[in-house]
Amino acid sequence: MSVSAPDIAAKPARGFRPDLKTIGPLVALALLILLGITLNENFLSYNNITNVLARSSFIGIIAIGATFVITSGGLDLSVGSMAAVIAGVMIMVMNWLIPSFGIGWSVILAGMAAGILIGGAAGIGNGLMITRGRIEAFIVTLGTMGIFRSLVTFLADGGTLSLNFQVADVYRPVYYDGLLGIPYPILVFALVAIGGEIVMRRTSFGRHCAAIGSNEQVARYSSINVDNVRLITYILQGILVGVAVLLYVPRLGSASSTTGVLWELEAIAAVIIGGTTLKGGYGRVWGTVVGVVILGLIGNILNLQSFISPYLNGAFQGVIIILAVLLQRGGRRD
Amino acid sequence: MKLVKSLLATAVVAGSLGGVAMAQDKVTIGVSVPAADHGWTGGVNYFAQQAIDRLGATYPDVEFVFASAPDAPKQIGDIEDMVATRGIDALVILPGDPDAMTSAIKQVKDAGKFVTVVDRQLSIDGVEDLYVAGDNPGLGANSAEYFKQVMPEGGNIVILRGLPIPIDQQRFDGFMGGIEGTNITVLDDEFANWNRDDGFKVMQDFLTRFPDIKGVWAQDDDIALGAIEAIKQAGREDEMFIVGGAGMQQMLQRVQAGDKLVPIDVSYSPAMIATAIELTTSHFTGGIQVAGRYILDSTVITAENVEEFLDAESPF
Repeated sequence: MSVSAPDIAAKPARGFRPDLKTIGPLVALALLILLGITLNENFLSYNNITNVLARSSFIGIIAIGATFVITSGGLDLSVGSMAAVIAGVMIMVMNWLIPSFGIGWSVILAGMAAGILIGGAAGIGNGLMITRGRIEAFIVTLGTMGIFRSLVTFLADGGTLSLNFQVADVYRPVYYDGLLGIPYPILVFALVAIGGEIVMRRTSFGRHCAAIGSNEQVARYSSINVDNVRLITYILQGILVGVAVLLYVPRLGSASSTTGVLWELEAIAAVIIGGTTLKGGYGRVWGTVVGVVILGLIGNILNLQSFISPYLNGAFQGVIIILAVLLQRGGRRD
Repeated sequence: MKLVKSLLATAVVAGSLGGVAMAQDKVTIGVSVPAADHGWTGGVNYFAQQAIDRLGATYPDVEFVFASAPDAPKQIGDIEDMVATRGIDALVILPGDPDAMTSAIKQVKDAGKFVTVVDRQLSIDGVEDLYVAGDNPGLGANSAEYFKQVMPEGGNIVILRGLPIPIDQQRFDGFMGGIEGTNITVLDDEFANWNRDDGFKVMQDFLTRFPDIKGVWAQDDDIALGAIEAIKQAGREDEMFIVGGAGMQQMLQRVQAGDKLVPIDVSYSPAMIATAIELTTSHFTGGIQVAGRYILDSTVITAENVEEFLDAESPF
């Protein structure tokens, strides 16, 4: 609570004297980009930038949903497993519809609709258990994380679910092609991010999320329907996981029990690197976007150099994440 | 640790007492494998179930207890339960983490059970009666042999590795030993975690970084399938070839079709679990000697011999 109060007070001054807390993630991003440029001349090439952004877009879209969940004081650990189940079911639905629909976009659109629906339904399930069942979000989503993960293993019979090759060929451009040279995944990520920023800053829903995360009791007394707002954040999260999977499936055309492993931690890390507070009350969608790009670039930079032993990849990643958060915390008085 | 050990000992004693009480002519074999967390272990689960169904139907006197565990503590719990409550006479185990599980498996052996260890070497020798495994150094060496053969003048290659565990190191050392003294240059090697998504990412970045790549050694078919998509995206599929490993049906079909990008594959079949269950069952039903070490070849699969490895039923 004490975190969010000075922010509101400092808001008018932001344009004139940007404090470290605001620009911290940007400084970290700039430093990473500088490091990348010095390591490899191809770092800023069109191909490399679009590669990194396109493959970060799944985590990015999921992380924007997570920004809302975390801002309102919740947590969703199930998103990675949920993504795997949605991918698996989408592939099964599409394969199953081929005899009746034939090879073409109608099958793919039906698969996409199924993906969004399952995502939404999973979100409703999580949300209802948390808001109506009064169970801790951590426990509910830890439980559904396990349920979704074994469900995909079961559906795939322990192996890999593969999309029919002809349909995969039709679907493929959704990941690999784009508009005006910008791949579709990046465009969708950008649209979701802009939409998320507007909802967070300019709508009563966004302000209610922050209010609930900041102090649930006060929010309740201010006649905010706490349960419904919370429920909506989980549904939104589920739908956004569905959207991310729509872009993921055309990349490899397959889903297995390894799909989306640890995506939940990457999404949460991106949200926190971006300046949203883990205990809720303050959320920053554009910060999440910066966080996602930082995480994507770390992996990219590690692959573009050979000074750091691959055994130490995890350590490098850890140092950068802590550094990025340290940069923004440095400006805070105690 | 002490507590765990004494609990374990109690369990083992209780188990052997229970075993004595059971009918002598019935044989129970416990099968413990890691959960299907990637394509290969998925295959292990499939082939284990299949072997159990087949052998259970053939030998009505042999009963099987099957368990798959996501981590070492759960797998240790599984084998404790098998000894304590199911009175197993033999254990066939593919240890997820062999170092962590060695002492637990030794307890089973000390209780007088027949122990078969599959794929992964325990940290002390002489625990198991039968050891069934693929040839990891051979997988590296045979792949290296192919690289030498098709790149007599040498050239640049990249390596995508699995996870930092001994199996990966054995494969890697086998490969590096094989190409020693040639003009083949390894530009870099990175871990791709035996995972398609990571194979895709690492290969994308290798393609960004190196303008001249002639060969890719992915040493695993899941990694290779991810890497192939990255190569296709970059439009560089005519510049290089890729060698995976394991013998996944999807890759074998490419070998059969004469895909220039995937000229060969190297076998490392999850069906080795079926070999192990089969041999262990023979120990009881046939009374034949099976104890010893049984190493399955890492055979190079080419368009000529691919027929014998294709299996339309296999999910792997």
